[in-house]
Formats: sequence, structure tokens, C-alpha cells
Amino acid sequence: MAPEPPLLTMSGITKSFPGVRALDGVDLEVLPGEVHCLLGQNGAGKSTLIKVLAGAHQPDDGTIGWRGESVVLRSPIAAMRLGIATIYQELDLVEGLSVAENVHLGHEPTAAGFVVRGKEARTATAALLRRLGHPEIDPARLVGDLSAAQQQIVSMARALSHDVRLIVMDEPSAALDPDEVDNLFRIVDGLTADGVAVVYISHRLEEIRRIGDRVTVLKDGRAVARNLPAKTTPTSEVVALMTGRNVEYVFPARPGHRDLPEPVLTVEGLTRRGEFAPLDLAVRPGEIVGLAGLVGSGRSEVLETIYGARKSTAGRVLVDGRPLRPGSVRAAVRAGLGLAPEERKAQALLMLESVTNNVSVSSMSRFSRGGWLDRGAEREAARGAVRELSLRPDDPAVPVRTLSGGNQQKAVLARWLLRGCKVLLLDEPTRGVDVGARAELYAVVRRLADEGLAVLLVSSEVPEVLGLADRVLVLREGRVVHTAPAAELDEHRVLDLVMEGTPAS
Amino acid sequence: MTQPVSPPRDGGEKLMAAPAATPWRAVTARADVRTLSLLGVLAALVLIGGITKPDEFLDTRNLQLVLTQASVIGVVTVGMTFVIISGGIDLSVGAIVALASVWATTVATQEYGFLGILFTAVIVGVGCGLVNGVLIAYGAMVPFIATLAMLASARGLALQITDGKTQVVTVDGILDLGERDSYVLGVPPLVLVFAAVTVAGWLVLNRTTFGRRTVAVGGNAEAARLAGIDVRRQRLYLYLLSGLCCGIAAFLLIVLSGSGQNTNGNLYELDAIAAAIIGGTLLSGGRGTIVGSVLGVLIFTTITNIFALNNLQTDVQQIAKGAIIVAAVLVQRRTARD
Repeated sequence: MAPEPPLLTMSGITKSFPGVRALDGVDLEVLPGEVHCLLGQNGAGKSTLIKVLAGAHQPDDGTIGWRGESVVLRSPIAAMRLGIATIYQELDLVEGLSVAENVHLGHEPTAAGFVVRGKEARTATAALLRRLGHPEIDPARLVGDLSAAQQQIVSMARALSHDVRLIVMDEPSAALDPDEVDNLFRIVDGLTADGVAVVYISHRLEEIRRIGDRVTVLKDGRAVARNLPAKTTPTSEVVALMTGRNVEYVFPARPGHRDLPEPVLTVEGLTRRGEFAPLDLAVRPGEIVGLAGLVGSGRSEVLETIYGARKSTAGRVLVDGRPLRPGSVRAAVRAGLGLAPEERKAQALLMLESVTNNVSVSSMSRFSRGGWLDRGAEREAARGAVRELSLRPDDPAVPVRTLSGGNQQKAVLARWLLRGCKVLLLDEPTRGVDVGARAELYAVVRRLADEGLAVLLVSSEVPEVLGLADRVLVLREGRVVHTAPAAELDEHRVLDLVMEGTPAS
Repeated sequence: MTQPVSPPRDGGEKLMAAPAATPWRAVTARADVRTLSLLGVLAALVLIGGITKPDEFLDTRNLQLVLTQASVIGVVTVGMTFVIISGGIDLSVGAIVALASVWATTVATQEYGFLGILFTAVIVGVGCGLVNGVLIAYGAMVPFIATLAMLASARGLALQITDGKTQVVTVDGILDLGERDSYVLGVPPLVLVFAAVTVAGWLVLNRTTFGRRTVAVGGNAEAARLAGIDVRRQRLYLYLLSGLCCGIAAFLLIVLSGSGQNTNGNLYELDAIAAAIIGGTLLSGGRGTIVGSVLGVLIFTTITNIFALNNLQTDVQQIAKGAIIVAAVLVQRRTARD
């Protein structure tokens, strides 16, 4: 590398959220015209770091240098004025506005201060789209009518409509097919040739090899390696950096060899077109089966389809040998399935309600006669479930929103425990749960399994799947690429399977 | 807040502020704060009424009139409260009251006497609620749109039935109910119906699975669905319930006015929503109380009465109502943040 002065220097960036230290003294240096890759597992702090860079989060500590000067990024607008643009994974476009209107949102060319000069905006947008190699996108079309790939181009055009010197791209290839990825790379090359720097986030090592210049690896909120050469650092070294943990979770011991009963949950050729390929699996009472895969591999979709929250396009789900009606959550719940969903607050909890009401919501018929609730019995049952899982505080009358993440998860588990479910579907069970509380949650899940529950576990944290599950299925892009007892796999092997471009056989 | 909206009348302003401010911080439980502050406002209004028009306002007949007027809109508001707690809205309540009141007072219906009128009013209300509920729960229509359509068509049908004429009731049983002779210990029968609906509403909301499901659907419909609740069926039942309340209210209005008119129930939807909101029901769903809504109704009815006794025009009433809604929501937002 030529001894160029860096464009961006972030040093000692620290950011805490209640109960979580998301960033712990992270340094990042980006040179003009380079593609700087950020690598790290989910929860390593990548998203938080780029939000600090975009001005969306204020760091608790640390400094940001921009072209040799110390700056404070008070807001997204402040970052944009300096020439920092961010393209988020979830595109932040307004579907009801046209391409040109989206590109100029917030800085419309105007006459007399407020009359939007539509034609000028469209002409400028057309020029940007040509520069991005997509002259076929009509600036007058509604963004909602465009494909995901085209929307991404619009997002990039919006970034370029500012005088931009640094573009942050958060997993830009996740929603793209191979041709579109090639085009994305051409655009990135064009940008860097103009001296624009790119911070590129991806899970796919092959992409980083193709377009990256240097790599910074994040793990547990720290930069564990900085400015590695992207093309030549061996895969094994990168994987080792990503996975070597400071914090070792304590997983409960696996029971030895057992003769388990016949499977309680059987999935045969279950398919959802566009999300995952035909899938077979079986879970026996007392067994924990894990699904490992990255975001977008179809993990959550598989669970939600088994549960009936999404309707399968083919295949079937059997509980105790009896097929479930597809697309019916109620049928699944009645048959004995319970789901602890990924987005606990949005999908599971009634945040305004007490723990009791949250726990009893799926088994109200047990505490009622002719629709009248026996609130004493309900409270007692909720208290029992809360005690059994050592949920704290152990007063079930407190509002569920006052609980910590781990205890909120326990409230969801208590709901299914009270219902007496046979199969527990766990989607990212420790997301938003403190490191310290995780071990306890793992122990609870193992104990429930020992008591005869069948558990199907999905997690993007590979060590969690390997540590907790008895058997592991590795998913990549909606396909099972490998199945093995958890004891026969290690983290490197699984990460190779989920990250490498071609499905391993 | 220190500047009175209307010219001060011998200390009335001071009285309004005092009861609202004292229990404010003292009581810790949030729900109690809300109920107490509503009670405080109501007490202040009664004092204002008693001071400005001591003879007329506190007269038994006037108080009976206030409660009777509150009964019709009050029954509608109980149904509306359930719908809003579930995250929905019912804009058609006024129109349903109108349609039920005219359908139940046609010459043909009146031939069936007291029970015929009662039965028709209730069935028309429930029928309209059924249409709303099916469209919203199974037709995936936005409640605002579905009930707006019902508002328009029910009003239209009411006009078609009456041809714009007032349908006078000739059934003695109905007319007798409005007479002083039928008051029970000084309480008009209409008020007893309102009280019964309120108690039933409170019990259903707080003591039954139906109430619990209503709150769950309004608080987080996706979580309710994934917990195994039949969200669509619950929504259907809720609009049926609102329709039922409108049918009962229509019957009360027939008794009160001795007639059925297509202009009945005008703007009830807004009054009911306003009463629920100042009573502490979240327009976004998931939280609300029957007691709060009923207090909201009583507050509005009392204001109307006091203004009428003081010969203030309806325009002033409307402005005061608007100010109260804004003040109530601002106060609630502050307590919610604590």
C-alpha cells in the first residue's frame, strides 16, 4: 500500500446498550479508493459499528477522524454532509415514491425553495443510473414496482447523489443472484477507480477475495485483526479469528447413548418455493436437533413453516404420525407444537401485559369454564411455570417489558411448558440475551429435553448449535448440505459449509 | 394551562385545577391515577355546574336527564372500547343506530309490539356488525374503510326506509318505559340498561377469555396468532359486539324520543371514540378500560348539559370538547412516560 493518509480513522469506539457491550474499543482505518471488508459473526458488532459511522448511533467513547480532522457524527445528515453514505441491508426506500424522488429525498432540487424541479431530478437520476450501468431503470417509475436488485441500485444512486467519499454496504449481495452480484462488483470497481472508498460487509469469503483490499475482523465487539490483506490471508486464519472466542459458554452435558422413542415430529419433503428446498427431518422426544446456517439460509422460514405460520407449497409435517393442516398455527398448537420466535418482542410477547397473561395466553381454556377465567388458578399455574424455569423476578404479576432478555425468553418457554407442548421450536433462543444468562437458558432447554420434550433449534451462532444440539443439519441457501451428530462437527467445519460458495457434499 | 379557555366565573377555574392536581403524583398505580383524574374532572364539572346554575343543574330531573342522555352514547361507547382495544375502529356506530332505530319503528315492525321493536333493533345492529366483521376479519379489509362503507350505506338505507320522515312510535309499552312512573327508585330504566351494559362490559373485558384475547389481539396481533389465538374469529366477534351495542342503543333512543329517525346517532362515532380516548384507551390497541370510557361519556354529557344550562351555543361546546381531548391525551402521554 502506498503511504496515503487514511480517509477515515475510527479509534477506541465503544458503545453499550442496556446489558450488552456491543463495541469495546474498536479501531478501523479506511484508505481512499480501497474496498475495506468487515468480517464477523452475527452479534460481533458490525451493524453497530456501521451505525456509528452513519451517525445513527452515538459512541460512548472513542474518536472519529475524517480526512485528518476529528469529527463528531451527530446525525445521519451530518455523516452524509461529510460524504459518508450507508446502504443498509433492509433498503430504506419509500416504495410509493418514484426512483428520482427517492434518490433526491431530503435534498430535492427546488425552485423558489420548495417547488420540486422534477425534470431536473429525473435527468440527474438518469445520469447516476447510467454511471451505475443500469440505464434501463426509468427514473419516473415507482420504487415499489422494482425488483430487489434494482432497488439496491436505486439505493446506490441515492448514495452517489451526494458528493460521496465513502460508501458503507451492509451485505449488499444477500438478496442478489450471481449475475447481479457481478454487476455489483463492476460498480464497486468503478467507484474505487474514482477514489471512493467502500466498506463492504459480507459473510461470503469468496466475495471478499474477489473485490476486497483489506479486512478487519470483529469478534464480540472487538477488532481482533486489522488490515489483513484480503486476497492472500488463508481462509483457515480468517475463520479462526472469527470464531476464537473470549467468552466460552457453558453448555450442559449431553446425555450418553440412549434408546429414544419414535420421532414425535416428522417433516417430509417440506418446501416453500423461493425459500427452501424439500426438507426431511425427524425429532425424537428427548432430542435436541439443531439447524445451522447464516441469515438468508432459510432457517427461520423452515421453523415458521413447520409451525404453520407460513404455508408450505409441498410436503407435510406429522406430529405423532398425524399430518398437520398446512398453514394453520392453531392446528400446530393443538397437536403440541410451540414456537419461541426469533423476534421475541414483535412475535411472541404482549409487551403491555403481565408475565402471567403472557404465560397463560396459549392455555386459557385450562383456566376457564364457559369463557370465565379462574384467575386464581391461572396465577398459580403461571407462578409454577415461572418457578420451574427460575424466571426472575419470580412474581408473575410484573409487566413482561420490565424483564431482561433472558427472562423474557423464559416467559415464552413458560408459555409452552404450561401448555404441555411436545415439540419446542426455538428460533435464535439467545438473541438479545446476556452472555451470563445464556448458560442458564441452555441448561433449561436441556432439562426440558431430558424430561421428554423434542426440541428443534435454529441459530446463526454456530457454537450454540454445536454445544446444545444432539444432531445438526447445516443449511445453506435453503438446502441441507450436511447432517451429522453435533459431537462429530466443529465450528470451522460448519462455517466452511455455510460460507463457501459451493455446497459441500 | 393557567389561562382559562372561557372567561373565569367566580373561581370556577381554580376548582377545576385543584382536584386534578392533588391525587396526581400522590397515587402510584398508573391506572388508578388515570381513573382518579377522570373522577376529579367530573367532580370539578359537577361543582362548576352547581355553582353556575345551582338550582337547575343539581335538580333531580336534570341529573336524570344527564344520565339518560349519557345512556345511549354510553352503550355505544362500551362496544367501541372493545373494538379500539383490539386495535380496530368502528366508524359505522352512528349509522347503525340510525338504521336500527328506523327499521324497528316502521309501521310493519310496530305491529309486533314491544318485543318486535326490541328484537328488530338488536338484530339489525348485530347484522350490520356481522357484515363489518366478515369484511374486516375474513375479507382482510382495513377497519377504517369497511366501517366507513357501512356508515355510508346504513345511513342511505335508513333514509330510504323513512323517506326522511319521523316514524312516531305508537306502542304503549315503549312509551311507558320513558315515563316517570317506570323509574326504579328514581332511576330511569334507560340508565339501568346502561349500567347493566357497563357491568357486563367490565366483566367480559376483565374476567373472561374473550376479554383477554381482545387485549392480546390489540397489543400484538402477530404474537397472538403465534400463541394459537384465532385472531380473525376474535375480530369478527368484536364487530358483532359493537353492532349489538348499537342495536341496544337504538332501542334506548326509540324509548327516549318515542320515534325513529334517519338522522339519529349523528356523529356518535366521533363521540364514542373521543370518550374512549379520554378514558385512557390506546387508539393503537392493547390497552383500555370500560370504567375510563364510561367516565369519558359522563364528562362529555355533563359539559353539554352545563353549557346548555348557561345558554352557551353548541359551537362553544365543540371547542371545549376538542380542548379536553387534547388535554387528556397530553396528560396520558406524560403518565405513560413515567
